[in-house]
Formats: sequence, C-alpha cells, structure tokens
Amino acid sequence: MAGFDKVVSSYEEAMAGLTDDMTVIAGGFGLCGIPENLISEIKRKGTKGLTLVSNNCGVDDFGLGVLLTDRQIKKIVASYVGENAEFERQMMAGELEVELTPQGTLAEKMRAGGAGIPAFYTATGVGTPVAEGKDEREFNGRDYILEESIVGDFAIVKAWKADRYGNLVFRQTARNFNPMAATAGKITVVEVEEIVEPGDLDPDQIHTAGIYVDRVILGTFEKRIEQRTTRPSSAQGDK
Amino acid sequence: MALSREQIAQRVAQELQDGYYVNLGIGIPTLVANYVPDNMEVMLQSENGLLGMGQFPTEEEIDADLINAGKQTVTMAKGASIFDSAESFAMIRGGHVDLTVLGAFEVDVNGNIASYMIPGKLIKGMGGAMDLVAGADNIIVTMTHASKHGVSKLLNNCSLPLTGKACIKKVLTDLAFIEIKEGKFHLLERAPGVSVEEIIKLTEGELVVSGEIPEMTF
Repeated sequence: MAGFDKVVSSYEEAMAGLTDDMTVIAGGFGLCGIPENLISEIKRKGTKGLTLVSNNCGVDDFGLGVLLTDRQIKKIVASYVGENAEFERQMMAGELEVELTPQGTLAEKMRAGGAGIPAFYTATGVGTPVAEGKDEREFNGRDYILEESIVGDFAIVKAWKADRYGNLVFRQTARNFNPMAATAGKITVVEVEEIVEPGDLDPDQIHTAGIYVDRVILGTFEKRIEQRTTRPSSAQGDK
Repeated sequence: MALSREQIAQRVAQELQDGYYVNLGIGIPTLVANYVPDNMEVMLQSENGLLGMGQFPTEEEIDADLINAGKQTVTMAKGASIFDSAESFAMIRGGHVDLTVLGAFEVDVNGNIASYMIPGKLIKGMGGAMDLVAGADNIIVTMTHASKHGVSKLLNNCSLPLTGKACIKKVLTDLAFIEIKEGKFHLLERAPGVSVEEIIKLTEGELVVSGEIPEMTF
C-alpha cells in the first residue's frame, strides 16, 4: 500500500489486527448489504468474545449468524434479532448478551460515534424498557433520553463500488447502515463488487468519502434473499 | 362480523390523503398499499432506506439489493429515492412522515402501546417501531380487539413492555374504530354487524359511546 491506495488482496489482510473481545460494527439490513466474506473471515479466524453492533444477526447459516456456531459473539447490540434458532437458544440460556436498541437510535449511535459526538438526546424509547438507567431531560415540554454513541474497533462494510482511495458508492437498499458503520470504525474494512481507479467515480455521486475507509477488498457475493416475494409477470396477467 | 385483515387495511386506506408520505408496518399495515384510491398519490416509506416503495417484483425483476423493512423483495415506484438508515430515521424522528400504520399486542386508555416483546416468549426486538411511535404525530394502530379467548387488548394499562408512551390516538381493530383522548377510549365506528354491546364487552379500558355509532362503510 502506498499513499491513499487502500486496496488489500486477501481477506486475511483485510481483517488483520482483529483480536478477541473487540467491538465490531457491521453494516447491513437483514441479509441485504452485509459484508458476507468479511464475516466468513472472522469465522475462519475464530476470534472470540466479540461485541457485535448490527441491526440484525443474520440467519442460522448465513450472515452474522455463522459466528454463533462457535460461540464467537459475547454480546450483540441490535434492533431485531432471532431469525435463527441458535441465536434464541444462546440468548435464552444466558450465553449471549443482547442489547435491544431501537433502529433509529442504533443508526444515530453509529453516526454520532463516527462524528465524534459522545451522546445525544432522543424521544425514542421514553417510558419504555429502553429508557431504564438513562438520563432523562425535557426540551420544549417534551421528554428525551440520553443515548451514548458507539465506536467500533473494527467496522465491516459492504459497498457496491470503491475506487482505490476508498471512496464508496452503495447500491439501492443495500446502503442501509453501511455508510454510518463506515464512519464509526477505528479500522474500517470495506468489501465491494468492483474497484475502479481514483477519478473514475463522479465526486458528486460518492456516498462515503475515502477518509473513513482503511482497507478495501474485492469480493464475490452470494446475496441471499430472506423473503422472496413476487408478483406474476405481465405475460401471466399483471394486475 | 369482525373485519378481515383485508377489510382492516381497506378501512385504514380511507384515512389516506393525496400527497401523503406513509410508513406501513409489517403484517396488516402492509396490505394498506393494496387499497390506495386510484385518484390519489401516496409515497410509501420503508425505514431500511427507501421512499417510494413499489409493488413486488416479477421473477425477472428480483434484485437482492432492493428490499423493504420486512426484508421482502420490492421494486421502486416512479420518483423513488434511496438513503441510509440515519437519514431514514431523520425523516421519521423529524416528524416528516404524514401517517404511520403499525400493529400492536396491546394499547391502553393513556395512548400507551406494547408491540414488540412478550417476556420469556417473544424477544425479537423493536426494529423501527419505537422510533416510529415517538416520531410520528399521526399514527393508526391496527390490531385484533381481543384474543381468541375473548381477552381484551384495549386496556386500562398495558401489561407488556411498552413500545411508546402516550403516543397513540387512533386504533382500528377488527371490531371498531376508536379514538384515544383524555384517558379514555372513544368509539367512532363499528364493524358492519357488530353491536356496540359486543365492543363494550371486549374493551377493558373505559369506552365512551356517545350517540348513534355508525357502521364502517367500504
């Protein structure tokens, strides 16, 4: 690597420095836009005691769910979980700590973490179990709770395209949590479907600037679909 | 007769207005999209980062990168936009969404809602529901009025962990359309063929019935 060139050539290199008990922030919503090969690399490495911050935790055999098999996750911070049997088993058995966090609060925790804002007030969760133990304050006659931001030792991100400097473009709803995750990692690793030369991406169309990105790797993706819903094609009589 | 899921969706759709940005929750609320009146334009917001959600794709159109908040494959409507999750919740928390429709396990006379957790039984999480109920002013809750065993879900006090406090003003059940104000339920409409007495019997919290209660029309 030289200068601003962030491209690495192996997944081993991409996740180098990840050690036990670290916090990892992951982009993705359900199985959409997840860094699937970076997750596989964490599984291969066998890193344990991880705190994962991600909207969801994958399914039994795909996404972050694969890290449950060998008990690599100590704690997960997520808004919606339990699409997998092993997750539920570990949670019920008290082997896995789960911090349920409202989706918007989770996104803002990452955004604020990446922006150097240690905490923020939000109305979300006031009067619910989420508010327990949190500082409460009134602004303009309404109650808000104080939520602390999150910074990860690593952030793992999936983007559509990157240039060698780590400028990123996401595609459709695979964007989701990825741009915030990218800002909130001490080391941010991004896997992409295509790498282009600096200057090839239109600066006006870049979603995440390379300043947030430390490593870029080219991957191939399964892109598994969780809920395959369709309508009949017009040939078969569209409504 | 109690309303079917489709009829609940159909009645909710009557509350839509031209030019509304609408967030529909998973389940019955999703069905509301099927009953948008022809002379009206509404734009559906999906909190995973899509404004202008279209219909389901054909087999040929399926794209793994394009899903809704229920993780279903979808398409984009004309004029759609894509954004990240923080931006999506800025829309929701900032009060920019005109109407939110979501399901619940329980609501109570103080406008509290419980919809995300049954301790020891169902612990999947709140997703975006807490943000939606805290951020939106105009919310319609869709739910069944009572359990299969006749236990009311419209209560004096929610028994399950809350999703939001004092935030619900309108509830559409399979039996009735109800407004919540001043610590009471107010009966606005009843499902066709359902008597006021039946609704009273299945409503635990205080229910105000003033005058003749009209049947819903479809």
